[in-house]
Amino acid sequence: MIFELTDQQRLVKDSVDRLMSDRYTFEARETIRKGTENWSRERWKDYAGLGLLALRVDEADGGFGCGPFDTMIVMEAFGRALALEPYVSTVLLGAGLIRLAANAEQRARLLPPLCEGRLLLAFAHSEEQSGNDLRHVAATAAPAEGGFVLNGKKTLVLHGDSADYLIVSARSSGATLDPSGIGLFLVAAEASGLSRRSYRMIDGQRAADIELNGVRVSPDNVIDASGQSLPIIQQVVEETIAALAAEAVGVMDEMLRLTSDYLRVRKQFGVEIASFQAIQHRLADMFIALEQARSMAMFAANACQSDDASHRSTCIAAAKVQISRSIRFVSQQAIQLHGGIGMTMEYKIGHLFQRATMIDTLFGNGDHHLSRLAAGSGLFAALDGCASDSR
Amino acid sequence: MEVRHSLLSLIRPGLHSLSSSWKDADVNLDFTREEQEFREDVRCFFQTALPDSIRRKIRLNRDLSRQELVDWTRILNRKGWAVPHWPIEWGGTGWGPVKQAIFLDTLQQENAPETLSFGTSMVGPIIYTFGNEEQKRRFLPRIANLDDWWCQGFSEPGAGSDLASLATTAIRDGDHYIVNGQKTWTTLAQHANWIFCLVRTNREVRKQAGISFLLIDMATPGVAVRPIQTIDGGHEINDVFLDNVRVPVENLVGEENLGWSYAKFLLGNERTGIARVGASKALLRQVRELLDTDSGPGSVAGDILRFRERLAALEVELKALEITQYRVLARQAEQGDTRQNPAASILKVKGTEIQQAISELILDMAGARALAVHDPEENGGHFADPDSWTQTVAATYANWRKISIYGGSNEIQRNIIAKQILS
Ligand SMILES: Cc1cc2nc3c(=O)[nH]c(=O)nc-3n(C[C@H](O)[C@H](O)[C@H](O)COP(=O)(O)OP(=O)(O)OC[C@H]3O[C@@H](n4cnc5c(N)ncnc54)[C@H](O)[C@@H]3O)c2cc1C
Repeated sequence: MIFELTDQQRLVKDSVDRLMSDRYTFEARETIRKGTENWSRERWKDYAGLGLLALRVDEADGGFGCGPFDTMIVMEAFGRALALEPYVSTVLLGAGLIRLAANAEQRARLLPPLCEGRLLLAFAHSEEQSGNDLRHVAATAAPAEGGFVLNGKKTLVLHGDSADYLIVSARSSGATLDPSGIGLFLVAAEASGLSRRSYRMIDGQRAADIELNGVRVSPDNVIDASGQSLPIIQQVVEETIAALAAEAVGVMDEMLRLTSDYLRVRKQFGVEIASFQAIQHRLADMFIALEQARSMAMFAANACQSDDASHRSTCIAAAKVQISRSIRFVSQQAIQLHGGIGMTMEYKIGHLFQRATMIDTLFGNGDHHLSRLAAGSGLFAALDGCASDSR
Repeated sequence: MEVRHSLLSLIRPGLHSLSSSWKDADVNLDFTREEQEFREDVRCFFQTALPDSIRRKIRLNRDLSRQELVDWTRILNRKGWAVPHWPIEWGGTGWGPVKQAIFLDTLQQENAPETLSFGTSMVGPIIYTFGNEEQKRRFLPRIANLDDWWCQGFSEPGAGSDLASLATTAIRDGDHYIVNGQKTWTTLAQHANWIFCLVRTNREVRKQAGISFLLIDMATPGVAVRPIQTIDGGHEINDVFLDNVRVPVENLVGEENLGWSYAKFLLGNERTGIARVGASKALLRQVRELLDTDSGPGSVAGDILRFRERLAALEVELKALEITQYRVLARQAEQGDTRQNPAASILKVKGTEIQQAISELILDMAGARALAVHDPEENGGHFADPDSWTQTVAATYANWRKISIYGGSNEIQRNIIAKQILS
């Protein structure tokens, strides 16, 4: 087992932490959040400049070929600062799908500009009826002129409003819940037949509903028409859950810091409220929840290094259960211990709470993943140790 | 590539200064090949060396006899593994903290008994850290071989969480101390021939500053042990009365009046050992087996989904705790010390909460089958069906309420954590 960051990771961590504390104070974030796009293209350039958009892209495609623990470092910093930029949609989901599913020509066309911050992607997969079932795809892809024609509706497309291209999942065969028959298609946001309706979500980030009415996809924009895209979608979603777990750790870490700071300055009954033991014990329980979550975020990142898909799914489900449980407790208590000030939009803690709820719920909440785990063979099935237990 | 260049230029200034220590093996929670082989060796040993009768008792959470623990400790000691964490010259192995944890985890998973912690984890480390050469030679080999059975005389009727308020006195009289007072909750004192005590040697100073650490031979006149029955009907704790007990001054460990600092060192040791991750793994594995096999009247079948979810939730918490524990140990290996690390208190709080939740789950799975008492004394020393899992679950559930009370109660652990966060 190795727990220490590499020297390179430490440098990445130092630089992203420095960037966020210099340029992403709560006041700066408020200005960004209230701006026209609700996120900052300036900061996006900074991320590109630091190489954060290129971490997981292969070296052959102009990236750094780093692993999931590098993503973890970045996401934790983003969580602390509540970064609003489309990192999840463009880098984790978008570049993730391209990395795993696209051909060399497409990678060479898309990834360099993406790494340099000039191309934004979004993943149009969820549909109104899908719930948490990744198999649910009703949108269709019909062959036409060497390419395909897409029809259907997608919902909750994260940052779908600002994306230059959408990666759309659509079905060329099978029933709506059939695991096979799903393909991936690249569609320009401006394509004719595509319309999008965008809205703010509870955490201030944006998403869009997309309608596809006879949208034509030329052959060079067909990413995967084998009908076997589901395992790739599954893997990318799971890598994203792992990254969100790290973001959750950042969110909770910041909540705990703000809360303990506040408890030492706020006085009632003539003393600091931190001197009340009921409050101290709540704080201790928040700390425990945070550290347990941190362990499971590492567990999730570790699982993303594995080639065994069912092992990875089990580990990711376990991590999401812990993250959801922890973040719900920590975020609720953070508000509670702040009293009234915790309820206002003027103070960071409430914004952290909203992001916490978002992460808790995205890609299946704790209960969802718990019932998946309960149906499986568990984390300690084989007599084995630590992370290799669940194989 | 433009981007690549920018990150590299950011890294490069650091690169030069670091070049010799450049480390690029990524974080990885899987065991290394060496760690895996080590664990296999350890496991093979337990599988072959552990007597079946003992394994079965541990699995059903029945008490071992004194002789059984002595026998097992000597098997370990012959192998050189009775006190792996001790200094090599006193029988230790030289393993780092991670290997030690793998050893303990494997031992627990194989349902092998742990050695008597009062000797191997408490007074042993106190003696090799603070004792003199004569004490080390006299006591350490006998602890490793369980020739001496030690018990811990800290708590008193008036001194629990506020241990420093203890009242047992030791008054110097020539080359002896005369000890008077009462210790309580003394685990397995009925088997012990030695007790290590905190005693008050100075009443004039701050309460922490007047405490000394004394080793007392229980055969000394004036030492009396009275059994206390616990709520599960068992006998593991006792009162120990000390009435004008004459203790030679050479049995003082370290310096007079510095006993409190030694005790704090010891409680730190106690806390990290208390997570018992391997034991919980073994239990959860049993739960899973039972959920798959338990059938017939009153079986788990009716509530199987709920039980499965409770099992899954506990597995998640345990996995998180296991990783937290390795993180704490890795930091310990790096920095040399954890006692000021509030994460060590997480191990105590979470470890005990998980064990208690498992005991509750198993109780609920047994349902009404758990309610009859199978008293070995009423049955001529035998259980009706010695292998039925339902017989001991209610006793275990009751008995394990203790684990969040002793070793620094979970409330005290939360105080420690909060103090660190707020400092
Ligand atoms: C089965 C068993 C075996 C034991 N074995 C031994 C042994 O071998 N040797 C030995 O020396 N001792 C032993 N103990 C004693 C054990 O260490 C004490 O029980 C423990 O320190 C708690 O003390 P107490 O029982 O007096 O409870 P108290 O200290 O009176 O505590 C009662 C309750 O008040 C809470 N409390 C106390 N202080 C605070 C505070 N400051 N803030 C918040 N809550 C607080 C506690 O958490 C607890 O819930 C054993 C205990 C048990 C149950």
